[in-house]
Amino acid sequence: MLDRELKKGSAELMILSLVQDRARHGYEISKIIETRSRGTLRFNVASLYPLLYRLEDRGWIQGRWTEKAGQRRRRYYKLTAAGRKVLRAQRHTWQSFVAAMSRITGLENA
Amino acid sequence: MPEFRDEVKGRLAPLQLEATREAAIVEELGQHLEDRYADLKARGTPEQQAYAAVLAELDERDLLADGLRRVARQPRFEPVPAGGPWYGGLAAHFGQDLRYALRSLRLSPSFAAVAILSLALGIGANTAIFQLLNAVRLRSLPVRNPEELVYLKPSNSHGRSGNFRGSFPIFTNPIWEQIRDHQQALSAIAAWNSTSFNLATGGRVRIAKGIYVSGDFFNTLGVLPAAGRLISSADDTKGCGSWGAVISFPFWQREYGGNASAVGRNLTLDGHPAEIIGVTPSGFYGTEVGKSFDIALPICSEALIDGEYKVLDRRDGWWLAVVGRLKPGWTAAKATGQLESISPGIFQATVPARYKEKEAKEFLAWKLAAYPASVGLSDLREEYEQPLWMLLAIAGTVLLIACANLANLMFARANAREREIAVRLALGASRTRLLQQLMMESLLIAAIGASAGVLLAQVLTRILVSFLTTRGGQVSLDVAVDWRVLGFSGLVAVITCLFFGLMPALRATATPPIVAMKAGARGAIGGRERLGLRRVLVVAQVALSMVLLVGAFLFVRSFQKLIRVDAGFRKTGILVADLDFTQLNIPVEMRNSFKQQLADRMLSLPGVESAAAVNIVPVSGNGWNDSVHTNASGEELQEVAWFNRVSPEFFKTMDTPILRGRDVSRSDTLNSPPVAVINETFVRKLFKDKDPLGQTFKVDEGAGKPESVYQVVGVVKDTKYQSLRENLSPIAFVPRGQDKQPDTDCPIVIRSDLPLDSLTTAVEHAVAEINPSILIQFTVLKTQIRDTLVRERLMASLSGFFGVLAAVLTTIGLYGLISYMAVRRRNEIGIRMALGADRIRVLKLVMREAVELLGIGLVAGAALSWWVSRTARSMLFGVKNTDPTIFGSAIALLAIVAIMASFLPAQKASHLDPLEALREE
Repeated sequence: MLDRELKKGSAELMILSLVQDRARHGYEISKIIETRSRGTLRFNVASLYPLLYRLEDRGWIQGRWTEKAGQRRRRYYKLTAAGRKVLRAQRHTWQSFVAAMSRITGLENA
Repeated sequence: MPEFRDEVKGRLAPLQLEATREAAIVEELGQHLEDRYADLKARGTPEQQAYAAVLAELDERDLLADGLRRVARQPRFEPVPAGGPWYGGLAAHFGQDLRYALRSLRLSPSFAAVAILSLALGIGANTAIFQLLNAVRLRSLPVRNPEELVYLKPSNSHGRSGNFRGSFPIFTNPIWEQIRDHQQALSAIAAWNSTSFNLATGGRVRIAKGIYVSGDFFNTLGVLPAAGRLISSADDTKGCGSWGAVISFPFWQREYGGNASAVGRNLTLDGHPAEIIGVTPSGFYGTEVGKSFDIALPICSEALIDGEYKVLDRRDGWWLAVVGRLKPGWTAAKATGQLESISPGIFQATVPARYKEKEAKEFLAWKLAAYPASVGLSDLREEYEQPLWMLLAIAGTVLLIACANLANLMFARANAREREIAVRLALGASRTRLLQQLMMESLLIAAIGASAGVLLAQVLTRILVSFLTTRGGQVSLDVAVDWRVLGFSGLVAVITCLFFGLMPALRATATPPIVAMKAGARGAIGGRERLGLRRVLVVAQVALSMVLLVGAFLFVRSFQKLIRVDAGFRKTGILVADLDFTQLNIPVEMRNSFKQQLADRMLSLPGVESAAAVNIVPVSGNGWNDSVHTNASGEELQEVAWFNRVSPEFFKTMDTPILRGRDVSRSDTLNSPPVAVINETFVRKLFKDKDPLGQTFKVDEGAGKPESVYQVVGVVKDTKYQSLRENLSPIAFVPRGQDKQPDTDCPIVIRSDLPLDSLTTAVEHAVAEINPSILIQFTVLKTQIRDTLVRERLMASLSGFFGVLAAVLTTIGLYGLISYMAVRRRNEIGIRMALGADRIRVLKLVMREAVELLGIGLVAGAALSWWVSRTARSMLFGVKNTDPTIFGSAIALLAIVAIMASFLPAQKASHLDPLEALREE
């Protein structure tokens, strides 16, 4: 498990980028994170939803109850215009940070 | 699937979240856990283990409660479709609101239809009449700087005698010339007279509208030619021989296809040749609003065209109107001052020789004055202004009623949607957003209704104008839509809808949602208040409808009475053939017998029952009067009497019974003593009901001439002379054969049952046989008389239409209200029925409300009608404005209609199943 502090800082960036292309519901988001990080990162209920609600309050994502054909209704989250800006900024920051870290610590293609 | 929601709920309990919020979170997290559980099981994890793993996730270090505590405290506002947070501004949601409004209107088609229709009808009618008023009263002349124009008139003339021509016979030519030469108040001044010219050279006439203009006319108005040149001062000189004619743009288009080659071509005007020198621009119709002209000639040409009947040099020939342009900086009052100072000199130089001392003294005391003429002169205006304002008031009232209906509809709708609105408020919609949406609906109705109304108005205006157009006077008005009209309609629509949409919307969104939802569909919130307002609206509708119905009945009755009035002669089956034999150049002494010859020829036509030559066709607007006096009963009596010159058979043709004595006969010639046949009123006023046969009366012939003496040989029944509305006056009929100065105009009245076409053809042939150069103009007497009643017909038709419309709208309004009230009281009705009340009692219960409202409305309406009808008094004929039968009929009609309207919902209520009613929570 990654250190909690590290996870917190990058969590927002992860969620924002996951809902950039299409709206997803909470469980889907946690599944993708788990799958793509090959188990390294895991968000469970207790930490995911407070985060989602926080992001929603800030207006970066927007949640909506949607009923798809043949399914029960679920809450889908999508990126807002403000969120898009934040995502761009955060990606940039993260990339600069990673690059700087690499140079300082000598990490190469880890 | 284990129930994870309860687990989530349990963990959230200590947070004490707001109910809706908690429910949402519980659902969302529950779903997540369920998915988790399903996934684990799919991978093969045993049930128990999976369940434990999921729960463990939930409990991880109390994170859930912690994390949510901060975020989930405040109830969050879920963006419900259409109704999200207010930020974003009006524009952001405009498209959304519009689509939503359209959708909700589509879902309630009957509401939308009635609302839009009411608005369209109300606005359409008002706009149409306003457009007409605008054109007749308010629009400026289409000339340069119309606000600088003034027209001249003597400010203190009381009456003058002589020969009158045209619609504004204000000045004689000698007076005009004096004014032109001596005035100093105006930078430009012109005179004009409207007339008509015959374009045909023989046989049936082809009439074109004409004006005589002074040389400076077009210059004064600032009009430039569309082709060629216009009449100038050089063209208008005394004794002008050949002269140029200016034609109007529409005439140019009609007769010459707008071809430039028209300039230079020749016209025949009343038999005289004239060359076309130019064309006036399109849009210019002269200075008379409501009329237009085809051909303009200089004033000096009148002498030649009218020949022996010319008025050009007559000091008592009244035919010219004068218009001028104020000097820069001058006002009409200042101009009047200057004109007054030169008045004595002008009138001194132009006093008619034949005036006796008294009349001359009055004439010399005349003073000239200037009046603003930016809206032109118009007898159309004088004739129709009052009716048009009255119609506008009527249409305005109908609009009020329609608006009241609209208000009621919107209230009802707001009530029906209370629940929906409450739920949306509870889910977090902002009040402002909801208001925006409800207003959008109102505005949409306003926009559609107003647009439909404006379109409808165009149609209605055309109909109105064609109504006013008669054979004798074609009405040409520029009724194009202009900003004043659009502004008016727009304003009405917006005010109506904003006001009547805002009030219900405000109330609906002001009620706490929980209250609305609890009370169910009946909407008891503020119900009393709202119901009170709706009641007032319906009572107002009833009262206003009553006023309109009373008005309608009054005007319709008036018109009926007028049409059926006993004119003293028969109105149907009479053709008037106006023969003009000027071109035959028959010497004066032969004319009387020639006229008799013409009349006899008509008489001999197969199918003609009788025919007679006459000087003045009854009810044609023409007239000839003179001052007469008698001394038969010992006292000297004097009256103004009207005259007509008739051939024998006239009374037979017109079906006017001869009460005493004899008809005029062929033996009454210039060689026998002058005789006359008088009517009953003449006997009453001038012979004090003594037997007049054999008595004489004297006629004033003017200064210096001896009086004419006539002997009475017969008495006829009273007849109308100039119009059907007039009071009866003394009339004397003198023989055709005793005309000392016969002219070349010979109207003949022909009575026949033949169809019109064959009769006119026969007459044409017969006249052509005598001489093809005789000009003929046909008029059907019935049509001519009907044309004089246009005003009354207009008022009767339109007020009748509006009255019915008002009653219909009120019925709808009453029906709606009673239905609503019946639905509201379902519970109560259910209980009553369960306790034993029968249908009749329920019926009475519901109807009582209706009858109460109706009663108050009718009483208020009656009082209002009585007060308002006084303003219409002058337009009525043969019926008093307080006629009880009319009031009674209006009351009865409204009562019947309203009771039927409230009977239906009452009927429905009485057939209620009590159990169902009570089941309603």
